Amino acid sequence: MKTVLIVDDSKVIRMVAKKILQELDFETEEAADGQQALDACKASMPDGVLLDWNMPIMDGLEYLKHLRTLPGGDAPIVIFCTTENDIEHIQEAIAAGANEYIMKPFDSEIIQAKFGQVGLL
Amino acid sequence: MSPEDIDLFSRIVKERSGLIITPNKAYLLESRLLPVARRHELGRLEELATAVRSSKREDLLEDITEAMTTNETFLFRDTGPFDRFRDHVMPSLLESRAATKTLRIWCAAASTGQEPYSLSIILMEMASQLAGWKVEIVGTDISNEALNKAKEGLYTQFEVQRGLPIQTLMKYFTQEDGSWRISENIRQMVGYKKFNLLDSFSGLGRFDVVFCRNVLIYFEQSDKAQILDRVRAQMANDGSLFLGGAETVIGVTDSFKPIPDLRGVYSPA
Repeated sequence: MKTVLIVDDSKVIRMVAKKILQELDFETEEAADGQQALDACKASMPDGVLLDWNMPIMDGLEYLKHLRTLPGGDAPIVIFCTTENDIEHIQEAIAAGANEYIMKPFDSEIIQAKFGQVGLL
Repeated sequence: MSPEDIDLFSRIVKERSGLIITPNKAYLLESRLLPVARRHELGRLEELATAVRSSKREDLLEDITEAMTTNETFLFRDTGPFDRFRDHVMPSLLESRAATKTLRIWCAAASTGQEPYSLSIILMEMASQLAGWKVEIVGTDISNEALNKAKEGLYTQFEVQRGLPIQTLMKYFTQEDGSWRISENIRQMVGYKKFNLLDSFSGLGRFDVVFCRNVLIYFEQSDKAQILDRVRAQMANDGSLFLGGAETVIGVTDSFKPIPDLRGVYSPA
């Protein structure tokens, strides 16, 4: 079973994402900010990361840059999931090593389509 | 809405487009026709029905038909057919048309442009193999409103997001106030034309590939057969026909046969 780390400071979003991903047969872990996510990755690299941008302590972009410098940190497939929907943000995320980008609001079909496109499904 | 009004609107749409509004689609009448009623300063659907009954005004009938025949679709809706087009149909056409280097594709229910643009993007990605080729994509639809949106090429985040990988989106779209506009070089690959599938196909010319997805399901069996037979007549003998996931030629016509291992793709029999 593949694992997905859900990183979002909103408990509600994490819950919605968790439900969708578990229905798609993923094992899920959760983190409420970039630092927690980084700690989780240091303990064990997930197969995929669903990543919010704006979070306290460490935001999603900073987390992604750190992640990609960790040993084995280039392996997880990172999918941003954020309300930052402009081209500049998307380009910045891709440049930092994001594999896909979901513009909020999202639903289960978008999650399924994007996880399919990156080969996690 | 009264059963009489539902029947009235359904009959108008059937007569003018051939499309059947099945009882499970009757709810669409309400949501689609209310804007039409308002546009004609008729507050409620009952008044729209009365106006239609009392005078067969052409503009009303046209607007009603149009509102009921427009569908919302996504770019790369169902990735399967597009994968099969790119990975199977195109490679064989690149060989068989190597001498003439021309290719004509018809999207027979182009709606708001997502399907022809998805094909254009695939062809653009194959540009190096198509250098020197003349490729034409014709998009037809019964709805002017849909075709205007197609020509405009402006889509909501919701419409572009699901089927398009983010890199493709960034490559072929620009952002405008939260919406996404298809790039000019993709838009120019498609020629649009208002067309009713029940009308004569003779002016359309010959096609190598025809996409006719998710539209035949709305027609009666006899119309379906007739449309498919006439599509066959416009098609090269080694052409390919794409139908929607819930559609087939089996039991409808002998003009086409399924291509083994390519679901939803048919060749002239």
